[in-house]
Formats: sequence, structure tokens, C-alpha cells
Amino acid sequence: MQAVAENIGFDVMAVRKQFPVLTRMVKGKPLVYFDNAATAQKPQAVIDALDNYYKLHNANIHRGIHSLAEEATAAYEATRDTVQHFINAPQREEIIFTRGVTESINLVAYTWGRTNLKAGDEIIISGMEHHSNIVPWQLIAEMTGAVLKVIPVTENGELEMEVFYTLLSTKTKLVAIVHASNSLGTINPVKEIIVAAHAKGAVVLVDGAQSTVHLDIDVQDLDCDFFAISSHKVYGPTGTGVLYGKTVLLEAMPPFMGGGEMIKDVSFEKTTWNDLPYKFEAGTPNIADTVAFKAAIDFVNSVGKIAALNYENDLLQYATNQLEQIDGLRIVGKAKHKVSVASFVIEGVHPQDIGILLDNQGVAVRTGHHCTQPLMHRLGLPGTIRASFAMYNTKEEIDVLIAALTKAIKLLR
Amino acid sequence: MVKTINQIEEEITDEFSLFDSWEDKYEYIIDMGKKLLPLEQVYKKEENKIKGCQSTVWMVSEFKEGRVIYRAESDAVIVKGLVSMLIRVLSGQTPDAIINAQLGFIDAIGMKQHLAQTRSNGLLSMIKQMKMDAGVYKAQQQMN
Repeated sequence: MQAVAENIGFDVMAVRKQFPVLTRMVKGKPLVYFDNAATAQKPQAVIDALDNYYKLHNANIHRGIHSLAEEATAAYEATRDTVQHFINAPQREEIIFTRGVTESINLVAYTWGRTNLKAGDEIIISGMEHHSNIVPWQLIAEMTGAVLKVIPVTENGELEMEVFYTLLSTKTKLVAIVHASNSLGTINPVKEIIVAAHAKGAVVLVDGAQSTVHLDIDVQDLDCDFFAISSHKVYGPTGTGVLYGKTVLLEAMPPFMGGGEMIKDVSFEKTTWNDLPYKFEAGTPNIADTVAFKAAIDFVNSVGKIAALNYENDLLQYATNQLEQIDGLRIVGKAKHKVSVASFVIEGVHPQDIGILLDNQGVAVRTGHHCTQPLMHRLGLPGTIRASFAMYNTKEEIDVLIAALTKAIKLLR
Repeated sequence: MVKTINQIEEEITDEFSLFDSWEDKYEYIIDMGKKLLPLEQVYKKEENKIKGCQSTVWMVSEFKEGRVIYRAESDAVIVKGLVSMLIRVLSGQTPDAIINAQLGFIDAIGMKQHLAQTRSNGLLSMIKQMKMDAGVYKAQQQMN
């Protein structure tokens, strides 16, 4: 295809070689991994970083004065610097390590939310949020008496922005919005939302679970107040992630969890909190995975986000065109701006049946509600079949998906 | 003479031994799913639902002359095929036989993955519910 030839400087075969799992077989067939929105595979550099950390540098950080402790601390803090530059945060202290997006959102809910929200205040979320950007706010709303407002979603899978503007008022204290939808791929106009919310004095949290791996993230350009990231969706290890927050907000927030590391002085009369970011990093953190997260970001930077994004857009375009050729297949989510997620349903066929039959052909997709039950309810679907692409996927793999789908439908009809 | 659970399990295992490709196996399961008698709409209500993550299974049972009769349906056809096999094995058996059934045929025919946690298709919950119903009928029988 001509479109791929235009992706100068992007060599998918060279990228693929860095991912050992892509050479394995599933049910006797070469693995085709299209469940990248759930979690991305890991390049050798990340696996090596994990391995090296445990082989050579393992120690607890920020405490010991011995060499290993210094090395481990330096490696852990190097990831903080790398993340800072990756998302263009003004200060390294604004990068808080968490277990991932879910914990990042909960951290904001339980610290910022509990101290800043009161009865009658309003929180705006959208109808395409992942459960992890719904449930924490429901819990906080219940505790504080704040009210949850929801931006509706159009049939095409876009936000009804005109309704957003009617929901937004001086009562709005927080807008928590997904940057790119995990179920549909829709890229939301977060910058516009942030400008409008700030004008009313509200703070904005952006759920970057899906967007960080695909889009160039610049938190200063976005001017978001909080931004949440999961390492494992950016080719990094599971169990680690980031909350970016503006210093002025983070300084004013109480700690999330109490324990070691997050304190300055402890006495039974009064305990004082450590400085940022340590105030929010109680206990021994997930050192090894966080250290290896740096290798994942270095990998993404080495490929180049723009080159990868252009390539992924081509893949999505190709997949969408091919899928639409299948009789009775309907793409769910036709937003103008999308990350490389193709969600679809097939007339008269349950998504789960397709998922089972694709797995038997070595093709990994996700089927179901994708942890966005309100969205599925809005679209009147029990779920969808979702193929989500990463920079290591190929058109040949999409051809395998199409053939496997055709076979599955034939068996089912 | 009603066949025992073991005999029916063996029958099914024999039938599947004829297939050497995954396509043939699934074609057979899908076919069984399509042939499963539909459950009347009145039974498709919340209390009869065995909830899985992705597909829904509705099941009802009754106790007749010392034996448990099951009927069920699902909105996904492969699950329906698997459900149809469970009914073939367990429906019409005594509560004791049902409670003690090992259901090794699921593994023997290569469908063990459908009992795995990640599948969340309600099959495991279905078996649990079938055994629970049998337990209730057994208790009722003992009280009479």
C-alpha cells in the first residue's frame, strides 16, 4: 500500500523484532495480538531492564547509604525525569508514581476530592468513561454530597459538546474526562474542555490510559490539572503508572496513604508530610517495574511517536476498510478523530462467539463491554468485538483477522 | 432405564473423538446450541439469570419423580452448545448423582478452557447452580 510507503523512517519489521512474544504460536498458529488497548506487549529492552534491576541493583530506595541503594534510587528517579520530559511536565516533583490510572484517579478523588468538594458541587464526567473514571467519583459524590453530571455521547461515539457547555457552571468543581476512549477509540477535544472548565474555575483530570501510547502528550500545552498514565499500556511493565498534577494543587492536597517515605517527622503528637512527590508515595513502591518503565519510554522515543502514529493511523484505516467489506458487520464508533481502535458488531452473532472462534485461529481480540457498561447501554449493545492496534501490528495481520472472522461467521451462521 | 451420568459423558467423549480439527468440534457445539429448545420468554427473567461477564444464561429446574429436570438458554450460541451438553448429562438424574458428578468430559473433549476464570461465560456458575438446585431438591426430599 502506498500509505505505508509514505511512512518514511518507520520500519515495522525492525520494531517487531524487539518484541519476543510476537514470535510465539497460539493454538498452532502465529499469534496475532490485537488486544493492545487492554495491555501492550513488552520490548526486549523492558524485559532486560527488569532482569538487570533484580540481578544487579535491587535495594530499597531513598534510604540506605550503600551502593545498591544509591543505584536503585538513581534508576527509579531517572524514570521520573524521563516521564517528566515525555509529557513535558514543568517539574519532576509533579510526577507521582502510582500503580496505574485507576490508582491515580482514586488518589485525586480521595485527596483533592474529599477536601474540595461539598454538597451541591458538581463533577462532570462523560458517557464514554471507563469504570475507573466513574466509580471513584460516585464514591466521593456519596461521601461529600457532590453531584455527578454526565456529558452524553452521540451515535457516532463523540461527546455532545453543546450539552457539555450547558452542564458547565460555577457549581462545576471538577471535570474528569477520558482523552481517548478504550471502547471506541474516540479522541476527545480535551483542550477545548480544559479551557472552558478553567473559565468556570473548575479543575480538569484527563484519563490518559489510552492516549499516552499513541498521541504526543504535552501537559503544559493541554494545561490539564491532572493527567493519569498506566505504564503497561505504553509497552512498560504492569503495576506502575503516573499521576501528573500541578504543583499548586498537589501541595494543597492531603496525603493519600500514610506510611514510610511520605513523612518528614513522625511523633505521636504530630506528623509532618514529606515534600512532593514523596508525600504521595507511601511505603516501598514498585521499584523494579518503575525502573523498567523508563526503558519503555526510551523505546517509544527511539521509534518516534509521530512516525508510529502515522503508521497506526494507516493500520486503522486499512482495518476499517477491510472490516466494512464483511456482510452484516458494523463499525461502532465513527468519530472523526480516533486512536487505532476498531470496535464492531456483527448482525445476528454474539461478540463472545466471535472471540472464542478467533482465539482458535491465533487472533487475540477483546469482546464484551470493555469496562464501559454505561456506554454500551447508551449504544444499545451487549458489547462489541474490539481489535486495537499497536505500532508492531501489520496489514498482513489484519488480513489474518479478516480471514479468521469470515471463517468464524461461516461457522456461526 | 435411564443412562448414568458416566455413560452419557462417555458417549459425548466418543462423539468428539471423531473430530480432528477445532472447526469440526465447534461446528458440532454450535449445531447443538442451535438445536437447544428455546426457553419460553416468561422464564427469561432476572431471577433465572446466571450472570457471566459477556453472555447471559437463563436456567430453570424442576423436581419430578425423584429426578431433576433442567432447561436453559443463552444469548451466545457456543455457550448454548456447552449448556446443551450439560443438560444432556445432568437433566433427568437424581440429586445425589448430580451433586457428585465430576464432569470430566469437558476436559476430555478439549473444552476445559471454557471453565477458566477468564472466560467469565457463566458456564462454571451454571454448573454450580445446577448442583445447588439438586442440593435444594435433596433437602426437600429428606424433609418430606
